[in-house]
Formats: sequence, C-alpha cells, structure tokens
Amino acid sequence: MTAKTPLLKVENVGIRFGGLKAVSDVNLELNQGELVGLIGPNGAGKTTFFNLLTGVYVPTEGMISLGSEKLNGLAPYKINQKGISRTFQNIRLFSDLSVLDNVKVAYHSLAKHSIVSSLLRLPSHFSGEKEMEEKAIEFLKIFKLESVMHEQAKNLPYGQQRRLEIARALAANPKLLLLDEPAAGMNPQETEELMNLIALIRERFSLTILLIEHDMLLVMGVCERIYVLDHGQLIAQGNPEQIRNNPKVIEAYLGEEVS
Amino acid sequence: MEQFIQQLVNGISIGSIYALIALGYTMVYGIVKLINFAHGDVFMVGAFIGFYSITIFHFGFFPALLISMAACAVFGVLIERIAYKPLRNATRIAALITAIGVSLFIEYGTIYIRGAQLESYPDNIVPLKNFEIFGVTISGKSILILAVSLFLMMLLQFIVHKTKIGKAMRAVSHDMDAARLMGINVNNTISATFAIGSALAGAAGVIFGMYYTKIEPLMGIIPGLKAFVAAVFGGIGIIPGAMTGGLILGVIEALVSATGGSLWRDAVAFVVLILILIFRPAGLLGKNVREKV
Amino acid sequence: MNLLKKAKGFWGTIVLVVIFSVVTQLLINGGTLNSFYVNTLFSIGINIILAASLHLIIGVTGQFSIGHAGFLAVGAYASAIITMKLGLPFPVAIIAGGAAAAIAGLIIGIPTLRLRGDYLAIATLGFGEIVKIVFLNIDYIGGASGMTVTHLTTWPWLIACVVITIVVIVNFTNSTHGRACISIRENEIAADAMGINTTFYKVMAFIIGAFFAGVAGALHAHNFYIIQPPNFGFLKSFDILILVVIGGLGSMSGAVIAAIALTIISTFLSSYPEVRMVIYSLVLIVMMLFRPQGLMGSKEITSFLKLGKAAKGGVHHDGKNTVA
Repeated sequence: MTAKTPLLKVENVGIRFGGLKAVSDVNLELNQGELVGLIGPNGAGKTTFFNLLTGVYVPTEGMISLGSEKLNGLAPYKINQKGISRTFQNIRLFSDLSVLDNVKVAYHSLAKHSIVSSLLRLPSHFSGEKEMEEKAIEFLKIFKLESVMHEQAKNLPYGQQRRLEIARALAANPKLLLLDEPAAGMNPQETEELMNLIALIRERFSLTILLIEHDMLLVMGVCERIYVLDHGQLIAQGNPEQIRNNPKVIEAYLGEEVS
Repeated sequence: MEQFIQQLVNGISIGSIYALIALGYTMVYGIVKLINFAHGDVFMVGAFIGFYSITIFHFGFFPALLISMAACAVFGVLIERIAYKPLRNATRIAALITAIGVSLFIEYGTIYIRGAQLESYPDNIVPLKNFEIFGVTISGKSILILAVSLFLMMLLQFIVHKTKIGKAMRAVSHDMDAARLMGINVNNTISATFAIGSALAGAAGVIFGMYYTKIEPLMGIIPGLKAFVAAVFGGIGIIPGAMTGGLILGVIEALVSATGGSLWRDAVAFVVLILILIFRPAGLLGKNVREKV
Repeated sequence: MNLLKKAKGFWGTIVLVVIFSVVTQLLINGGTLNSFYVNTLFSIGINIILAASLHLIIGVTGQFSIGHAGFLAVGAYASAIITMKLGLPFPVAIIAGGAAAAIAGLIIGIPTLRLRGDYLAIATLGFGEIVKIVFLNIDYIGGASGMTVTHLTTWPWLIACVVITIVVIVNFTNSTHGRACISIRENEIAADAMGINTTFYKVMAFIIGAFFAGVAGALHAHNFYIIQPPNFGFLKSFDILILVVIGGLGSMSGAVIAAIALTIISTFLSSYPEVRMVIYSLVLIVMMLFRPQGLMGSKEITSFLKLGKAAKGGVHHDGKNTVA
C-alpha cells in the first residue's frame, strides 16, 4: 500500500545560520493523503522548517525526499514543480495582478506554449492561454472567488486574500500542500469556514497537507497527527490525544506563556 | 620601485578622498537604506564653496575647509528634508529615482547658475614643502590630505561611538521603529546623519580642489560613483568598511595606472564593484543578511 | 468570437500604422515635412524603441536597470562595424546590433540579476560605464574620436522596427511568460515558490530588452552620422529611464506617450541643454513626490478606452453579477 512508502520523508534535517542552529535533527514522515499539523511556540523554527522543505533555505544537514526524489539543494521553483506548494505566513500575493492572474501564474509551469509561440501568436498560444484561463476559473469557483476574479488581489478583504493564496498554491497541482498559519488573523467563524474548505480540497484533490498553526485547539480539531517543534527540535509527535497529554508539550507552551 | 611607491602615495591620497565621500554614502545607507546619488554633488558643491571662500573672501585653507563643511552640512539636511523625507515610506525605486533626480538637479542647476567652465584652486594655499623619503619625493599635500582625512575619520568614530547623537544614529540604523519607541527623535537623527555625511563630502571637495586644482560642476559624478563602490566594497553601512574600501580602491586604481593602464583607470572601480557584488555582496567587512520569508 | 475580435483589433491597428507610414513617407518625399520635423520624427521612433525595451526590464519585470545606454552603445557600434568595416547591408547591421546587445545582456544579466533593487541598479550603471570605457579604448572603432557612419536609417526601416518592437514586447507581456515576469516584479519569493524560474525570466526580459536597445542603437548610429563613446554615458541611460518612469512603471502605452512627448520637448530645448536637465530632474523629483506610479501607473491606454465604452454602452462588468 502507498501508506507504507511515505510521500515526504525528512531525515535528520537541520540548518544553522552562522553559529545558531535554527532547526536541528528533525525527522518527519508524511503519508499520502494525511493532514498533519506542525505546532510549536513562537520562534520554534516552524516557518524555517517550511523554508527548508520548499528550498528557500538549503539544509546544512540531513535529507529531504518527496517520493523517491531527493529535494536537497533544489531551487524553490523546481521543488514546486516536483509537487510541493505553499502559502506564506505574511500573505505574499501578486498584489497588482488580478485574482485570476494570480492563479494563472501558479499554473504557469504546467503551460504548454513556448515564448516563441506567444511572440508570434501561434495557435498553441491561444489554446494554451485558454486552457489556463479555464483551469484558473475552475479553481476560483471552488474557493468562491470567481465573483472577484477581475479585482486586483490587493483590493480583496483579508479573508479572501488568504483563500486566494491557497487557491494559487493549489493551482500548481501539488502532491503536498504546506499551509503556514492559514487561519492567522481570522475570526472563529472564518476559521471554521477555512477548515471546512481545507477538508474539501483535501478530498477533492487527494492532497497531503502539512499545516502550521498557532492555535492548538484548531489543530487538535482537524489534524490526524501532530508534530511539535520547540527551539528547532522535535519534542513530540502523535495523535491529538497524545499531544494534549504530553508533558514536554505542555511545558513548552506554558514556558512560553510565563516568559 | 620609486615609481611604485610614488603611485602608492597617489593612490592613498585619492583613496582617502574616496573614503571621506564613501563615509557619507555608507552612513546614509545604513540609516535610511537609500543610495544618495546626490552625495557626489554635495562633494562638488563643497569644492566650489571652498574655492569661493579662498578666492573671493581670501580665507586660508583650514577656514575654507570649515566653512565648506558647515555649508555642506546645511545643504545635505535641506536635500534630506525637501526631497527624501516625504519618501521615507515609498518604494525603494521611487527613492532611488528621486535621488538621481536630485543629483542631476544640483549638477545642472550649478551649470545654469554659473556656467560649465572650469575653475582652478590657487596653487599656494598651503605652503608645504615636498618631502624626500628613501629617495622618493612625497608632496606635502599628500601628507596633508592623509592627515586631514585620518583626523576626520577619527572624529567621526568618536561621534558615532562616544556621543549621544552617535548612539541615536546606531540605534536608528539598527531598528528605526524600536528607536522611535525608545524616545529617540528619528527625524533629527536622520538629519544629523545627512549633516555629518555631507560635511565630510564638503571637506573631501576642498581637499580635492587643493590637490588636483581643477574643479567643475560635473566633477562629483565619477568620484561619487567610485566612493559608492568603495562603500559597497567595504560593506555598506559599516563605517570602517567605507574607509578601508576607499583606500583600497584608490590604491588599486593607482597601481592599474602605474602598470600602463591609465586609460582603463576609470573602469577599475566598476569592475571591482561587479566582482564584489557577485562574490561577496555584503562587502569585505559585512555580514550576509537574508530577506525574511 | 473573442479571438476574432482580438484579431480584428490587431489587424485594424496594423492597417492604421501602414496608412500612417505611407502618408508620412509621401510627406517626406514631397518635402512637406522639412528636415527639422523628420529629425524629430526619427528621434521619436528611436526613443520609443528604447522606452519600450526598458519598460520590459523595469516596468514589467521590476528589475531596476540604469545602464540601458550600454546596450544602445553595443548595438550602435556592432551595427556600424557591420556596415562601415565589413560593408554588409543595413538589415544585417540592425539584426547584428540587436544580437550583440542581447549577448551583452546575457553576459551582464546572469551574474547581476541575482542582486536586488539598488544593488542591481548600481551594477547596471557600472556596466554602462565599463562599456563606454571599453569603447573609448579600442582603436579599431576610433577610440575617443568615434566612428563616422553613413546615413542609412530610412523611414520604412524605422517604423518597421518600432512596430516589431512594440508587437513583440506586448505579445510577450500579455502571455503566461509576461505574467511570470510581472509576478517577479510583484513578489519574487512568491513567484519562485509558485514554480516560476525567476532567474530564467529575469535574464529573458534582460535579453529581449537589450536586443531592442541594440536595434535602437543600429538605427541611432545610422541616423546621426557619428557615434562617440561619451554619447552613451549615464546621462543617456537617464534619458531613457525618465521615459519609463514618467510614462508609468509597468505601462507600455505610458512609455510610448512619454517617449513622444519628451522627445518633442527636448527638441525645443535642445539649444538649452542645462535648462532641459534642470526641468527633467525637477519633473522627476516632483513626480516621485506626488505621483510615484507615473502618469499612467501600470494601466494601459486601452483600459481607459474600455472603461469609457463600458460607461457608455453599459457593457457588462465581467462576472461582477454572478452569485458567489
């Protein structure tokens, strides 16, 4: 079964910036179709870990592989093309582009028409652009954004910007989706809608999802398994129940609150 | 060998002028992250103020130097307040374009007011003898340039590290918002930075005029660019880096001239720039800083 | 249907351009347009090409390059060598000028495009200066005294080059490849994370931009009889930059309009060069203070036309009424 060969395998991965070890010795496996949470107090290295997975940083130690392919040292755009797509903690949309174009950009690496065909406006250009447009609109419909598809991304309200970012990440047709605090700044109702949406897309695209969240309760609610990162190291993993009762986790979080 | 040492002395002289200009670039960049293209033109204005002080008002070298420094300080603050301050939250490109605009405005405004003709500093402002060391003649002017530059650099180090305004400057360059929250008057600190940087450029202008005698309204462009290269070379935002970068650049240029490449001299700085940007973008003394993702 | 409409608009424009060119040619032949107007017209054409090519690099891709005169110089000298030294025909010279500049763009682009913002600006400025100094030092092409070049730039060649430049750059921009470039301008990290090979597209924009700057160089060299390295210094780069900035970063039509307007203004101020520079620099500063996005922002003139139509004819505002 596919469950036995993990989709993503992270072995002893770490990175240092100068003398500082931001993340060290992380082992993690994601199986096809799982929804897994990555939690930890502020500054625990969660986003750094995402940056390692997506090639923004190159790990100074360890191995990252997706399926049978090694990802270490690949440029971010290559990793995206291999099948890992992400959102950002501080939303990074193409603000001056329309909502539609934002999604089309992510679909770019799947486009079939070359620069020459676009310059000469060959038939392949038109068919390629048309296909992109149709695909993009399809994604926007799922995210209920088709009514604003000609708006500039920067003019959307915050919640829609978050949704657009996820739509854009999905348009790149990933096997693994990384969500960096997707619910940050949302009210409880918006958060719930978002969680339903994540469940929906996971089903529909048979996705594997790794989710960073600050809100413990929320992660406990949707994730099947949870990894806990503190000071750049994994301190616990398991199902929500195990995590809830893990003394190390409690200490990490309490320790944060006290200080 | 004699020629080599002679060139080395020339290199150090021009290098210390680059260093003085580079300090202004580096301080301003360190604090507002702006390449102040107009800085080379402040240098030019300084040279002219010195020239007029000496020829019209018959001041000596040192009074002229001080007058020029004071006037340039005021000029630098004016530039900052009028052109740059309103753009503090604009995009980097907008700020850069403005800086280019200010630079051209000063250059061609000067030409418009007084014409493009050359002026010559009088020869005898500093009656210094030439020295002879190990059979090499070293002009008194070279020694004076080096002495004045070193003095100003030490003074700057003192200001930055031992005074209250220096502490404020370091704080603002480290984190403008945090500095503001700690009660530092950010606007005044930035103005002070421009004032100090421009005063140094003014001093460099007078020294340049005294050493090379010829001055004209577009004289600031090339030394300005080279000084910027020096600042990047040493690590932009780092004061000792600007000094090191300036001196090294001056010496490299002089050595290229000495080995028969005098026509290529002006290209050296830019080749150095591109090489340093590719291989060590943080500069000799700088640390790599990554954009936060 | 939509496709047909687009094609119609495109061919309509082409027909208009052809009519305009033929009429202009007749006016030139008939002597109605005296040499002053012809010179201005030629300068406008060359400046449009320069503005459009820099627009691709700065406006579309967001790479702040201020050494564009370097590519102009490479194109000018390469083409002059082709016609004056090798005796080959002018069309070869135009293509060679573009190709030489494109190669220069590739060579300078690969190492420097890793730099961001102001560092890239300074590196390209340095490149422009290096090109100038190199040409000053090569005796084969006349060194400081420059090269005399036969006048070969004719109206048909000029207008053909202008049209090709605009069509190529517009076609590039309005495709997934152009969107890739825009996404780099908007947020390079996100573009990278979304599978865009940022280096490739930055270099590509640089090469295409440099190519057309080289073409402009060929037209320039064979229009002004003499080329000298000092003509291609930083001031020339600035003259091109101001077209793009004033027109609106990211607006092709803005760049073209600015090229036309500023060339005409410069012609009238040509006897007072320092006044021209004072005015230009002031305009630039005031523009950055009060309208940093330029005259057109990143909008195209067609979008204003569309808006006008929508207001008059009540054309539906795409999809606005669909239920969410």
